[in-house]
Amino acid sequence: MSLLHFAIIAPLLFACFIPFLFKRLNLIHTGWFVLGLSIILFIYFLRFLPDIQHGGIQETVNWIPSLGINFTAYVDGLGLLFALLITGIGSLVSLYSIYYLSKEKEDLGSFYVYLLMFMGAMLGVVLSDNLIVLYTFWELTSFSSFLLIGYWYHKKRSRYGAQKSMLITVFGGLAMLGGFLLLYLMTGSFSIREIISIADGIYGDPLFIPALILVLFGAFTKSAQFPFHIWLPDAMEAPTPVSAYLHSATMVKAGIYLVARLSPVFAEHGLWLWLVAGFGIFTLAWGSFNAVKQTDLKAILAFSTVSQLGLIMSLLGIGAAALHYDYLDDNLYMAATFAAVFHLINHATFKGSLFMVAGIVDHETGTRDIRRLGGLMQIMPVTFTIALIGTFSMAGLPPFNGFLSKEMFLAAMVNVLSLDIFNMETWSALFPVLAWVGSVFTFVYSMMLLFKTFTGTYQPEKLEKNPHEAPVGMLVSPIILGALVIVFGLFPNILSTSIIEPAANAISPALIDAGQSFSTHISFWHGLTPELYMTIGIVIVGAFLYVTLPKWERIYGLFPKKLALNHLYDQSLIRAESGSLSVTNSYMNGSIRTYMIYIFVSMVGILSFSIIQKNAFAFTTDGLAPMGLYEVVLGVIIAGASITILVAKSRLTSIIALGAIGYTVALFFVLFRAPDLVLTQLVIETISVALFLLAFYHLPKINRKEERMGFKLTNALVAAGVGVIVTVIAFSALSNRKFESIAQYYIENTAEKAGGLNMVNVILVDFRGFDTMFEIAVLGIAALGIYGMIKLRLSRREDT
Amino acid sequence: MEIFMSVLIGLLFASAVYLMLSKSLLRIIIGTGLLSHGAHLMLLTMAGLKKGTVPLLGEQAKAYTDPIPQALILTAIVISFGVTAFFLVLAYRAYQELGTDNIDEMRGTE
Repeated sequence: MSLLHFAIIAPLLFACFIPFLFKRLNLIHTGWFVLGLSIILFIYFLRFLPDIQHGGIQETVNWIPSLGINFTAYVDGLGLLFALLITGIGSLVSLYSIYYLSKEKEDLGSFYVYLLMFMGAMLGVVLSDNLIVLYTFWELTSFSSFLLIGYWYHKKRSRYGAQKSMLITVFGGLAMLGGFLLLYLMTGSFSIREIISIADGIYGDPLFIPALILVLFGAFTKSAQFPFHIWLPDAMEAPTPVSAYLHSATMVKAGIYLVARLSPVFAEHGLWLWLVAGFGIFTLAWGSFNAVKQTDLKAILAFSTVSQLGLIMSLLGIGAAALHYDYLDDNLYMAATFAAVFHLINHATFKGSLFMVAGIVDHETGTRDIRRLGGLMQIMPVTFTIALIGTFSMAGLPPFNGFLSKEMFLAAMVNVLSLDIFNMETWSALFPVLAWVGSVFTFVYSMMLLFKTFTGTYQPEKLEKNPHEAPVGMLVSPIILGALVIVFGLFPNILSTSIIEPAANAISPALIDAGQSFSTHISFWHGLTPELYMTIGIVIVGAFLYVTLPKWERIYGLFPKKLALNHLYDQSLIRAESGSLSVTNSYMNGSIRTYMIYIFVSMVGILSFSIIQKNAFAFTTDGLAPMGLYEVVLGVIIAGASITILVAKSRLTSIIALGAIGYTVALFFVLFRAPDLVLTQLVIETISVALFLLAFYHLPKINRKEERMGFKLTNALVAAGVGVIVTVIAFSALSNRKFESIAQYYIENTAEKAGGLNMVNVILVDFRGFDTMFEIAVLGIAALGIYGMIKLRLSRREDT
Repeated sequence: MEIFMSVLIGLLFASAVYLMLSKSLLRIIIGTGLLSHGAHLMLLTMAGLKKGTVPLLGEQAKAYTDPIPQALILTAIVISFGVTAFFLVLAYRAYQELGTDNIDEMRGTE
């Protein structure tokens, strides 16, 4: 257990103490303890920065070595980048939540337990080298996200959002587990690094494509890619610190992480590039287009997150193309990977701050509806400044960091035009076009977010509270994030050499292994490049669209509601429920007879199928005993008596006929030389008949007039089927006898070893005495049960 | 002989199943009684019905009938008796409490 492992599970361990801290030290807001832990972890992970410049650090703790499942922690550029995001944003969010959540009104104990659970799970996801461990932590993030979304569980929308996110992400998670198992089948290892090192060998494997698709299911559901993005807007019912942390900066990037981490395994295949880049770019356009029509601040931000995740995803997809050009100098597509990592960081900074701004606005005015907000600029100047920085960065305007990554994104999309693999030439024009359209809408909603909230007319009568500037503590975190937006915008190179390059190298290790190194492209943002003209176009068209927004807003009404994804999701849930209910009701009708028919029919079906399948039917008359007159007479009596029972109108006739059969069976035992059986059968049949007569006295007449012909016919068919199959099996068994009986041993040893002459009795009490013991137990239990049934009258006792 | 017995056993099974599918509790229990008779006879028949002396060593015979199925049947008879007795009392109690012996009217409520 190294310090690294301890750091990963530290949040989980610390979560165990949170309830005590919450209950005992209730003068101090519980968030301060969480803040302390996240800062310590952040500093701890910062210390890895120099180490990861030359490869990663690996530590292993055995978990289930016999299955190849070990808790291997592996820190490289990519893992460290995420770990820093998780702990860094985690610290800021904890600080923010201290001021956001009231100590008196909220159940802080649960909140911070869930939050720490999430933090630990997320660290586990990004720092695990073992696929199964990764999956374990992955599901833990789904689970803690579920708890956090449903934090205000008395609200119906919260429960709905929590359930939706759970269903979708767990569906993806399970698909991903399937993909991991297929990877294991192909490579024989759960270790990501080992799989990468032998990835060339599995390229043509028939399981390769299924594994690729299943893994992408996991990544797309978690990272809210089209059409699985629908859970993210509903997850906005969570408290705002949660939305800021999970649903913008960290958890939704777990899918991005997975794609980046497994790129070296799958990226050789064209399908990977197509799916990742295609779904990413479409999600970008779709998300930004839909964000414009939202009226809730957090809903806009949610769709914006969806769209930005699509942007990063498409960049990772294009970055996969780098592998097909085995050189690094002038390798255009490596820049896409670089841009993806850069935008990942930028998005975490500006989106985190924007969520916090939305939370502040909500907290101070009581609403997040942009139709009721306006003119808050004078009242909340600091919040306005932060929002300005965040939205301008999101829209991709200089001098903020979003500008740089957006430029790099547009450059990468333009470079797609020169891609000449996987039939890219036909469709490549779509990428820059969709990217440009998506960016225009991004510009529009960013401006909406800023200006509709903070400028325009101030409408105090529509607000629930009297707004004023937020407390300082609440502003600290967004100010830090806003400052980072500017710092990364002005000095991008402090990031590029320290963290982005190692991360990009981790995504494309094959190129680095070839002895080449990847140098930063970030410095060439000066110059008149096509992407600069695109940006200018975005600003002009975006501004025009924003000004004329009321005129064209109606096109959103044109989209049919029935085809909306949420409608489809809701309908499929309802259909699944009502469908399974009607299926269950159709065969589980509560009637014992129906179930008996199922049982007998399937018995007949399975037996006759296997007899035919195995060609098992046989019929020989060799070695059989000769027919005797007595036996035939007795057989005719039994047959007659049983038919009498079937057609009998009165109960007494049936019971007497049953008795007749019992005594005839005893006579059979006489003929077949079984004296003990005769005795037992006679006595027991007598008692049984007596019992039947006793019950008969208390039971009503058999009323058979109600039974319809169809009822009788079905029963007769099933009964005949069972009778025939039993006879056929008896024939076949008789004719297929393979070995002699072991009876000779008993015949020889009964007197010699057991000291008895009656072989049956010696078998019962000596050779096979255990059977007898439990048969006695059966009788005892039956006697006790009968006694209990007669004596115990609980329901009546309650009545009196 | 075994062929004849097999057909007879098949008939017993068919009657038993037919009775077990009816609505009256008493007929269902009679059906289980028939089923156990069929099963016992089947056990005996499957061991072979070749003539030998009763399995008592005092007979000093050359050949005995197989004692093992007889021991098995003896156990089975006793167990099926216990179960039948239990069922009968159960039917009696069910009729007392519910006022019906028609199993279609005894459906569980959801």
